[in-house]
Amino acid sequence: MNWKRKDLLGLEELKKEEIEFVLDTADSFREISTRAIRKVPALRGRTIVLFFLEASTRTRVSFELAAKRLSADLVNISSSTSSMLKGETLKDTIRNITAMEVDLVIVRHGMAGAPHWLAREIEPGVVNAGDGCHEHPTQALLDMLTIREKKKKLEGLRVAIVGDISHSRVARSNIWGLTKVGASVVVAGPPTFIPPCIEKMGVTVKYRVEEALEGADVVMALRIQRERQGKNLIPSLREYRKIFGISRERLRLSKPDALVMHPGPINRGIELDPDVADGPQSVILDQVTSGVAVRMAVMYLLCGVGKEAISRQLSAVSKKQKAESL
Amino acid sequence: MEFREKSKIMDGAAIEKALIRIAHEIVEKLKTTDDLIIIGIRTRGAYLAERIVDRILEISGVGVPLGILDITLYRDDLTAVASQPVVHSTEIPFDLTGKRIVLVDDVLYTCRTMRAAIDELMDFGRPSLVQIAVLVDRGHRELPIRPDYVGKNVPTSRDEMVDVEIDEVDGKEQVRILGLVEGKAGK
Repeated sequence: MNWKRKDLLGLEELKKEEIEFVLDTADSFREISTRAIRKVPALRGRTIVLFFLEASTRTRVSFELAAKRLSADLVNISSSTSSMLKGETLKDTIRNITAMEVDLVIVRHGMAGAPHWLAREIEPGVVNAGDGCHEHPTQALLDMLTIREKKKKLEGLRVAIVGDISHSRVARSNIWGLTKVGASVVVAGPPTFIPPCIEKMGVTVKYRVEEALEGADVVMALRIQRERQGKNLIPSLREYRKIFGISRERLRLSKPDALVMHPGPINRGIELDPDVADGPQSVILDQVTSGVAVRMAVMYLLCGVGKEAISRQLSAVSKKQKAESL
Repeated sequence: MEFREKSKIMDGAAIEKALIRIAHEIVEKLKTTDDLIIIGIRTRGAYLAERIVDRILEISGVGVPLGILDITLYRDDLTAVASQPVVHSTEIPFDLTGKRIVLVDDVLYTCRTMRAAIDELMDFGRPSLVQIAVLVDRGHRELPIRPDYVGKNVPTSRDEMVDVEIDEVDGKEQVRILGLVEGKAGK
């Protein structure tokens, strides 16, 4: 198949074939990180901007390493060091950056839809690295890559996502992605964490974590996002742990070879007990490793060939129009 | 662009004979199989390399390691290729430092693929020797690279195409020269 997109904004708009194409490409990129010289010249001379307006370690480092391993040039901008502190608007900031001829902008923003708006405003490709409570497509892709690597398939698996579904862009992207490739998704959490009408996304809702874990192939715990709450959605962290935390006892309800996943950063002893997070079923660090491969694949597709494919199409169209007008 | 067959230059038996001869030549020229590694370039080169490894096993009784190279990420024409190349993985699970390497591909033409392959090899270590084996050498070099082992030399013109088909990929074994159909030239 041919990749035709300029941007990666979310998994909602991707077709099943496109998701599988990114995962297949990422599979091929895995090997590069195991070489003696961890670098290929694919994106030599391309410029990638990391535009992070929200805190991040994993995602940022992962994107950075991915870009560097593809030999791209990288520019880092964060809100605390940018002129946005002086009152420059997002639009002005980004238009100034793109005036310096960049190829791809990776953006994380606290507002849902900010990357979508940017993608319409600027010519370079845009990758959504997390927008508010909306989507985090590369995280879901790396989760799917990890599951596919361990289970050799995605179709027919039962995936339980436990925690604050309402505020989780990771959950939303995973639900879009996993349901498209034929996995069944169960979400669980206290009712204040479950958004209304979530069933319409094709998932089953359970309000008792035990019911969600039963027979699961994959258990994905979400971080309790203390910075996004402040609304007293749960009485206390202690109570949350007692009723919804993934403990060794609860994990026994799932399949014996079930994978334990977490997008990080972990609140140890709240959503995930330390002995589960570090236990034999945990693939949390494999997720991080997969992340670099997925981001290399995304950058390669959007900035390497994808863009050329698009400009080729555009020039073919304009040639055709010229030919017709003659 | 439309192509039609001009001539068939090799059939299955000829391909097989050429590969056997190349295997013999490799063993003869390199004297021993010590430190020898055969590396095929995806897609068809990888299968041809595998067959050469089998032939060397028959000749000398030694199983030579086989590697596979995908050069997509090292191409110099990412901006110009007609359809988007799919990236496959490179499989070289050993250090190449001090090894003697024979790179295998189906057709040698401009040598740009070979340039990319040699570049990529160097990222896996510092081989003591790199040689090139190809099934068909059709001429028209654009870089100062030459093959060491050639299945068949075929004089061609630039607007012809050499089409190699092998069982593992195409379900049949033959090498043909295809020519542009008159009046349907792309440019």
